[in-house]
Amino acid sequence: MEVESIRIIEDQIIEEFAHFEDWMDKYNYIIEMGKDVPKIDPDLKTDNNLISGCQSRVWLHAEYKDGIVLFSADSEAVITRGLASLLIRVMNKQTPEDILNSDFFFVKKLGLKEHLSPNRSNGLVSMIKQMKLYALAFQTKASR
Amino acid sequence: MNPFDIQKIRADFPILDREVYGNKLVYLDNAATAQKPQVVIDAIVDYYTWNNSNIHRGVHYLSQIATSAYEDARETIRAYINAKEKYEVIFTKGTTDAINLLAYSFGEKYIHAGDEIIVSALEHHSNLVPWQILCQRKQAKLKIVPVNDKGEFIFEEFEKLLSSKTKLVAVAHISNALGSINPIKKIIKKAHERNIPVMIDGAQGIVHSAVDVQELDCDFYAFSGHKLYAPMGVGVLYGKEQYLEEMPPYQMGGEMVDQVSYQHTTYNRLPFKFEAGTPNVEAVLGLNAAINYIKGIGIEQIYRHENELLKYATNKLKKIEGIRIIGEADQKAGVVSFLIGEIHPYDAGTIIDHFGIAIRTGHHCAQPIIDHFKIPGTIRASFAMYNNFDEIDLLINAVKQVKKMFE
Repeated sequence: MEVESIRIIEDQIIEEFAHFEDWMDKYNYIIEMGKDVPKIDPDLKTDNNLISGCQSRVWLHAEYKDGIVLFSADSEAVITRGLASLLIRVMNKQTPEDILNSDFFFVKKLGLKEHLSPNRSNGLVSMIKQMKLYALAFQTKASR
Repeated sequence: MNPFDIQKIRADFPILDREVYGNKLVYLDNAATAQKPQVVIDAIVDYYTWNNSNIHRGVHYLSQIATSAYEDARETIRAYINAKEKYEVIFTKGTTDAINLLAYSFGEKYIHAGDEIIVSALEHHSNLVPWQILCQRKQAKLKIVPVNDKGEFIFEEFEKLLSSKTKLVAVAHISNALGSINPIKKIIKKAHERNIPVMIDGAQGIVHSAVDVQELDCDFYAFSGHKLYAPMGVGVLYGKEQYLEEMPPYQMGGEMVDQVSYQHTTYNRLPFKFEAGTPNVEAVLGLNAAINYIKGIGIEQIYRHENELLKYATNKLKKIEGIRIIGEADQKAGVVSFLIGEIHPYDAGTIIDHFGIAIRTGHHCAQPIIDHFKIPGTIRASFAMYNNFDEIDLLINAVKQVKKMFE
């Protein structure tokens, strides 16, 4: 099946979140999304795959296959797992180029601003950074 | 002394009127930093409006006014902690800065290869890492006094660690992560039997108890202004004259020198030897205002009120199924650390925040003690003079909501 472009998936998510009237519904939805996260292989829950800068431990792994990137993740914290799931839903199976070119604009649109502050507890920024780093590494490898 | 009037006190703190996410702010992160009363804010504004000038330098009018105000603040603090001499009160940037000063200057003078420094398992990173680095620098050894499962300093283990190699004991007065009050008087007495000096990290202690450094007989006592309702960027290192005289300066520059030529420099007298550069005058004046404000209410009354809040919060939390209180020392102050079942503190904190309630989650810059309990961190509510019982009820409601969402 053809994977939809990043922008289309972003718009879908923005649309889904638009229905929520209060923040609690929004978080309940994020928590629900956590259940759909492509779970990282337990053997890959190593310190190497840990994202630094999060208050809860979160692991992110990526593979490069047939020109696209496959992400998997997990976290001890349910909200963080949901946020990881949200990011993966958009970025999974995309090309390194598309991931690198994305500005992750849906994150701002969803009003998850408190997760974007340069705070020590913050996880979202670190996850986005790590996804981009993976994409960059795969792109570099592929161009050799 | 006036009776403790919580309504009047709350009215003195303008920030308590603000809203967060459409809810009235409930500020329970006081162990991280306390809010400031209007008199402290006014002290800063007045200083910059009327008296701003560099101190200890100019002969002009403003410089003299500013210098007097700055030195009056030093006297206020001397009296507040009952130091013997005014020059035993050194202004620093905060507790961390005070401990780093000590780790460098005391370390240079007194710590040698093979020596030992004792800290406890309850220390904030600020009273751990500087000693760790000093020990590496001097090939000395850091010894850790363990805690029991209630989060209490084990005095017998401390006694066992003391030896002829021990050159300093550095312990917290009150644990920031758990609220345990350490038996500092006993610790100081025991160490002094062997002529070992003791440094007390009073970042939390100064906020929740009266401190008399002569009665305690501690050799050093460090604290920050900002947890004591004063501005950020000012702290105090109290030290006994005999040590301060012998210790070399920590930072070099203006103010700390006496005579300077290209070949040689002699240092200024105490306390200026340890106060290089232009200090944070506004914050020092703010600290002066904060201490006068506290004196007007009475630290004993404040402590009694905070203790009632702590007991009330602890009892209410314990009634919620699955709540685990981390740190149940018999002697506790200011802080309740807890977990809600298996819910990660980060999840809980994110939701509680949305109710406009400021609490802290995580390891509270005291990773070793959190590791001791084999938990990912805690949720910490910490109390100040302006908190009331209604605010604790709001926290309890938020905790119940968290349980509903995640269980």
